[in-house]
Amino acid sequence: MDGYVHSTESFGTVDGPGVRFVVFLQGCPMRCQYCHNPDTWQMNTGNRRSAQSLIQDYERNKAFYNKGGITVTGGEALMQIDFVLELFTLAKEKGIHTCLDTSGITYRPGTSSYNEKLDALMKVTDLVLLDIKHIDPEGHKVLTGHDNAGILAFAKYLDERQVDVWIRHVVVPGITDDETLLARLGAFLGTLSNIKALDVLPYHVMGVTKYRQLGIDYPLDGVPAATKDQAAKAKMIILAAYWRQKKAQKA
Amino acid sequence: MENKYLYEGWRGFQEGSWVREIDLRSFIRHNFTMYDGDESFLAGPTQNTLDLWDQVMDLTRQEREAGGVLDMDTKVISTITSHGPGYLNKDKETIVGFQTDKPFKRAMMPYGGVRMAEKACADNGYTMDPQVKEFFTVHRKTHNAGVFDAYTPEMRACRSSHIITGLPDAYGRGRIIGDYRRVALYGVDRLIADKEEQKDRTDSAMYAEVIRDREELSEQIKALKDLKKMAASYGFDISLPAKDTKEAIQWLYFGYLAAVKEQNGAAMSLGRTSTFLDIYAERDLAEGTYTESEIQEMVDHFIMKLRLIKFARTPEYNALFSGDPQWVTESLAGVGTCGKHFVTKMSYRYLHTLYNLGPSPEPNLTVLWSTRLPENFKRYCAKVSIETSSLQYENDDMMRYTHGDDYAIACCVSSMRVGKEMQFFGARANLAKCLLYSINGGVDEVSKKQVGPKYRPITSEYLEYDEVMERFDAMMEWLCKVYVNTLNVIHYMHDKYCYEKIQMALHDKKVTRWFATGIAGLSVVADSLSAIKYAKVRVIRDENGLAVDYEVEGDFPKYGNDDDRVDNLANMILHKFMEHIRKNHTYRESIPTTSILTITSNVVYGKATGATPDGRKKGEAFAPGANPMHRRDEKGAIASLSSVAKLSFKDAQDGISNTFSIIPGALGKDDELFMGDFGDLGVELSDLGLTPDELECNTCAAVPTLFEGLDAE
Repeated sequence: MDGYVHSTESFGTVDGPGVRFVVFLQGCPMRCQYCHNPDTWQMNTGNRRSAQSLIQDYERNKAFYNKGGITVTGGEALMQIDFVLELFTLAKEKGIHTCLDTSGITYRPGTSSYNEKLDALMKVTDLVLLDIKHIDPEGHKVLTGHDNAGILAFAKYLDERQVDVWIRHVVVPGITDDETLLARLGAFLGTLSNIKALDVLPYHVMGVTKYRQLGIDYPLDGVPAATKDQAAKAKMIILAAYWRQKKAQKA
Repeated sequence: MENKYLYEGWRGFQEGSWVREIDLRSFIRHNFTMYDGDESFLAGPTQNTLDLWDQVMDLTRQEREAGGVLDMDTKVISTITSHGPGYLNKDKETIVGFQTDKPFKRAMMPYGGVRMAEKACADNGYTMDPQVKEFFTVHRKTHNAGVFDAYTPEMRACRSSHIITGLPDAYGRGRIIGDYRRVALYGVDRLIADKEEQKDRTDSAMYAEVIRDREELSEQIKALKDLKKMAASYGFDISLPAKDTKEAIQWLYFGYLAAVKEQNGAAMSLGRTSTFLDIYAERDLAEGTYTESEIQEMVDHFIMKLRLIKFARTPEYNALFSGDPQWVTESLAGVGTCGKHFVTKMSYRYLHTLYNLGPSPEPNLTVLWSTRLPENFKRYCAKVSIETSSLQYENDDMMRYTHGDDYAIACCVSSMRVGKEMQFFGARANLAKCLLYSINGGVDEVSKKQVGPKYRPITSEYLEYDEVMERFDAMMEWLCKVYVNTLNVIHYMHDKYCYEKIQMALHDKKVTRWFATGIAGLSVVADSLSAIKYAKVRVIRDENGLAVDYEVEGDFPKYGNDDDRVDNLANMILHKFMEHIRKNHTYRESIPTTSILTITSNVVYGKATGATPDGRKKGEAFAPGANPMHRRDEKGAIASLSSVAKLSFKDAQDGISNTFSIIPGALGKDDELFMGDFGDLGVELSDLGLTPDELECNTCAAVPTLFEGLDAE
C-alpha cells in the first residue's frame, strides 16, 4: 500500500540511535502550540510512496546506517498505522532497526481492531520515541487540543509489552517548565520499567517562519526560546523525581 | 650500539633496499612503529613555543594592519641562496629557516611571469625595481612570455571568455611534491651522487629529449648544491644523513624551504612526512636523547614555520583562490598495502599542534582515512575536527589502489606517489559554458563573440534532449582539444622557463607525469540536462537570436538527491569529457586525469557564465566541486553524498570534492542522556541532591553518541 509521505531525511541523527533514514509521514490530529512542522498537519495529502520504495531508498545507502536504522515520524505516524506496519514488517525482514516516533495520541485502552494492529506493530518495532508534551490533563489540552489520558495509557501499554522507550519532553518557558509539573512527569516515568533514555529539549522558535509562510497565526507568539541550561535543569528535576519514585516502590 | 652502516644517522635502522638505492617506502616499511594507543602521551606547548607563537600573532596583527603585506622584496630575485638566514628568535627556535631574511617578508619570484610579480608588488604598495623589470622583459624570458608566444588566437579567445579558466600561464603551476624526506635520510651528497649517475647514464644520441634530460639533471644538481649552501647559511651541514629527530625535521624542512624559495606555485604541498619522522623520534626516545616534550616542541616549531610560508600575490589571484592559500598539504595516516596502518605517535603530534598553536587552515593536515585505521586514532581525529575545524579527510581505501601506500596529496585532492609521480596542474574547463555554446553555436552568451566553432545553433523554442546532447557532445570534443593543447603549451613553457629544479631533484629520474584537467559546473550541466529531459525548458532569446535565458516549466530530478535519473547524467558527462580529453596528445607522455574540485573558484566561474537551462541565473555561482547546486538537495546529507559518490573515480582520478558544512547539532546530540536499563544513570547524583547509597546506583556513565557513525571494522 501507499503512504502519504511529507518528506524523507537521509541523514537523521537526532531521532533514535545512530545515523538514520527518517520518514516524515503526513497528517496529525494534534495542534501543539509549539509545533514546528505545521506543514505536516493536513491528512491525505503529500507524496504517495510505497513501503517497498522507502526500503529501497534505505537499502541503497545502508552502509551509512549500519549503527542506525529507520525512524518513522510525522505528523503523527500512527495515523497511518497500516502503512507503518507494512514498512516495519519489511524492515524487520531485512534486519533493519526500527524506531517509531509518536505522541501516542491515537491510543485508546481496551480491545479494538486498531489495538490489534498496534500489537502487531509493536512486534516489529525496536524502539519508541514517546513525546510527552504535558503531564497535566488540563495543561495538555491547552497545549495540544487534546487531553493526555490516552497518551499516558499508551506509555503503560508499552511498559506492559516491554517495548524500549525514549521519552522526549519539550521545555516551554511558562508552560511546561514549572517544577511541580516536571516532578509529576518524573514520578509518572518512575512507575515505568522500560524507559531507556530521557531527552529534554529546549523549546525553539524556528517554526515561526513556517507559520508565516502558511498564513497561520503563531500561538506562542512572544514566548521566548528556552535555553540549554533551562532544559538541563528541567531534566535534573525530572530525574530526581523519577528516582524518588523508584526508591519508594522498592521500599 | 655498534653501527653496521657507514653513517651515524642510520644507526639501529633495519636494513632494506633503501640502503642500496633511494627508496623511502622501503625505509619506512622496515622501520616504522604502529601506534594503536590514544592521545594521552602528548605534551603541551613549551614556554619557548608560546613565546614564539605570541611573536607570530603580533606580526600577523601588524601584517593585517598594514593591509595584508608587511614587507616585500622588490629588487632581490628569490632563489635557493638569494637570502641570508632569517629568524623569529634564534635562541628559542628549534627548527629554523624563512623564505627571505626575515619572517613575514615576501619574496619576489618573476620566472613565472614578470607582470604578475610586478603587479603583486604594485597592488600591495610596492614598486618593482626597474632594472629587474627590464631584465625580465628584455633579457630573460619568463614562463608567461613563452606561453603567449605559442598560444593560438583560439586559445586566447577561450581564455578571455572564461570557457577555460584559472590556467597556470602567468604564475607557477605548483602541485609538485618533492620528496623532502630524502634530504634527511640520505643527506644531500648522496642525492647529488645519484643525480650525477643518472646524468652519466643518459643516451649518447642527442635527441631533444635526451638533451632536455641532461640539462634538467644539471639544473637539479645545481639546486642540490644550492640547498647545501642555504643550510650552511643557517649553520648546518646537511651533506650527510640526519642523526636525530631535530636534524631530520630540520633537513627535511630545508628541502621544502628551498622549494618555496624557488617557486611560487599554486599549491606547494609537503608530502607525507609524519610516519617517516616518527622513526627518528622512536629511536631518540629509546636512546633517551629527547623527551616527548622536546620532540613535540620541534614539531610545533616545524608546523609554525609551515604556517608562515607566504607568497607575493595579486588580489585577482587571491579572488580566484578565495584568500591567500599556500596549500601546504601534509598527508597523515593511511594504510599500507601490507595491511598495517601508518598511524604513529607522530601522526598525533602533528594534529596536536592545532592545540599547542591553535587551529589553522595551514598546513593543510589531511587524514588519509581508511576503515582500518585504529579506533583510537579515528576518535582523536573526530575530536580534533570538532574542536578545531582544521582537518581534511580523503579516502585512502580508494586511492591506495592507484597510488600504492606512499602517495601524498598535492593541493586539496591530487594524489601522487611521493618522489615518483608528479602532476601538470591544469585548472579547469567550464562545462556549463560549453553547454551554452552548444545551444548558441559557439557564440559566447556574455561577450556575444564567436569563440567556439560555428556549429549550427539550436533554434527551437523548447530544448529537445537528444538534439542538445548531440550538440553538447560535439562542443565538448572541441573544447577538450583546445583545452589539452593549451595545457601542452603551458607545461612546455613552464618546464623551459620556470623549471622546478629542487623539487624535481627530489624525484626519481623516471617520473610518471599526470596531465591534470578539471571540470567546473558539473552539477549545473547535470541539472540542465535533467531539466531538458524531464521538464520543459523554453529558450529566451535576445534581439540577435542568441539564447540568453531559460524558463523551466515543471519539475525535474535534481542532482544531489540520490536519484539515478540525473546522477547517471552527471556520470555520463564526466565519462564523455574524459574520453574526449584522452583522444588528444599530452605533453611529455603524461597520463590524462581530471578533477571535479573547485572549492572556491566556482564563484568566479559562475560570474562569467550566462543563465543556464536548469534555472540558474546569469552570474550566479556554480556549486563547488562535485557538489549539488545550492538548496537543490532536499533529502539530507546522505542522499546528497550518494549522488556525488556515484561519479566514477576512474574518470576523475585527480579527485572529486564535495564541500560539506554542517552545524554541530545536526551531527547528533551531545547532551542526550542514555540510561541503559535506567539503572546506569549518566548523571552526577549530587546534582540530584541524592547520595549513591540512597539509590544503590552503581556507575554513572553517559554513552557518547558522538562516535556512533564511525566504522568500527
